[in-house]
Amino acid sequence: MLVLGVETSCDETAAAVVADGRRVLASVVATQFELHARYGGVVPELAARRHLENLLPVIQGALDQAGVTLRDLGGVAVTQGPGLIGALVIGMAAAKSLAWALKLPLAGVHHLEAHIAAILLTEEVPEFPLVALVVSGGHTNLYQVRNLTEMTLLGRTRDDAAGEAFDKVAKLMGLGYPGGVVLEGLARAGDPTAFPLPRPRIPEEPLTFSFSGLKTAVATLLKKDPAILRETHSRADLAASFQEAVVECLTSRCGEALRQTGCRRLLVCGGVAANGRLRQALAELSQTEGFQLFLPPLALCTDNAAMVAALGWHHLKAGRTLSLDADVFARG
Amino acid sequence: MKEHTWHSASPEATRHLAARLGRLLKPGDVVALMGELGAGKTEFVRGLAAGLDVAPDTPVSSPSFVLAHEYPGRLPLVHLDLYRLDVIPPELLPDLEDYLFGERVAAVEWAERLGGLVPEHYLEVRLTVTGETTREITLVGHGRRGEELVAALAATPEG
Repeated sequence: MLVLGVETSCDETAAAVVADGRRVLASVVATQFELHARYGGVVPELAARRHLENLLPVIQGALDQAGVTLRDLGGVAVTQGPGLIGALVIGMAAAKSLAWALKLPLAGVHHLEAHIAAILLTEEVPEFPLVALVVSGGHTNLYQVRNLTEMTLLGRTRDDAAGEAFDKVAKLMGLGYPGGVVLEGLARAGDPTAFPLPRPRIPEEPLTFSFSGLKTAVATLLKKDPAILRETHSRADLAASFQEAVVECLTSRCGEALRQTGCRRLLVCGGVAANGRLRQALAELSQTEGFQLFLPPLALCTDNAAMVAALGWHHLKAGRTLSLDADVFARG
Repeated sequence: MKEHTWHSASPEATRHLAARLGRLLKPGDVVALMGELGAGKTEFVRGLAAGLDVAPDTPVSSPSFVLAHEYPGRLPLVHLDLYRLDVIPPELLPDLEDYLFGERVAAVEWAERLGGLVPEHYLEVRLTVTGETTREITLVGHGRRGEELVAALAATPEG
């Protein structure tokens, strides 16, 4: 069965045609990066307007690329949330209209669950159950994945997302944009043990993340000793020490989640999964703890509609359809 | 009262002070938060949310990425964060006006970026780092309602 996927949760307008939740016939993404760059990030109202302009041509583009017409489709899948409300409603309105007009079943998928489902589109598809960490500029969520339609949230951040902490600390250190990437580059030459930084944890919630205190610790350190930023080696040491603290917070929660759930497989995805030190630390942990590690290729870690169509196919197969009066959601 | 300063010994103390303020807020009140990264602005909003009876399991996290979060409570609270915006794009103005001049309670981080958009009546909250966990918190009332809130909070018992 062919499923049309539609994704408009943030600043990428995307449509894809995927066969049987596995084989990508077409995946088209129109990025809005340029539009938002001058504001240092996504402006919701601008994103919504651009989605409105882009969406129908992007859907047509995906159909053309796949060499199919609307009549060949067996279902429609759309991102229901979380994301920017104004952006989500554009994709939802288009998907509902298509489903209604073509008398097709509609699936509404969770954006972060779709990121996890992106692994279905790779060569090495894991077995279930597994633990999944979705870590990006907007989210740091840990899930127990029993199967593709049964995912339970185990923990998330109570303040900043991990990628956001990278960006904010990069800004404190006067590094350029995008902060995370620049900071990682600088950290390569640094000593990760040079500055003792906290690994914030909430004792009664061992799977909850918190990065705000770590950011504050860097701010306090720089206030006490601004000279750190003047010396190349101490700048690199601070970057490395901060990165190590974030990586340890992420890997320790993954380890704890694997122990709690008894799972032997870990999947890590999202923009921060591109961080080389995190990938290395996860690989080491998988060796010592003896679990299987899945890191999807970076191209599948960014927003796309193929993952939405893939997960949507599983929803439809399980009989989980979305009613035409369902609403989008911003958080969850 | 125009201005009053509190000394907070910890993030918990900051939250408690903000929760006391939250209990005093009425529809349309605007709380403008200023202070550097790590000063405790989000912590303060977390306290406001508690004082507005936002369910304790609703995560109050930083909206730097999406600009605005909304939390349902005794009164709806909108949590804005203008951190990323050196310039406020004109397309944001209708939403911002709705948030700042509507019936919800608005808490705005990096409120200095509002420029000319600040309402006539609002409460300014300045957070200054004085030590690793200690903060100086100064409330400045702007307009009649702002001054009323400073006086009311100064009159409520601690704890």
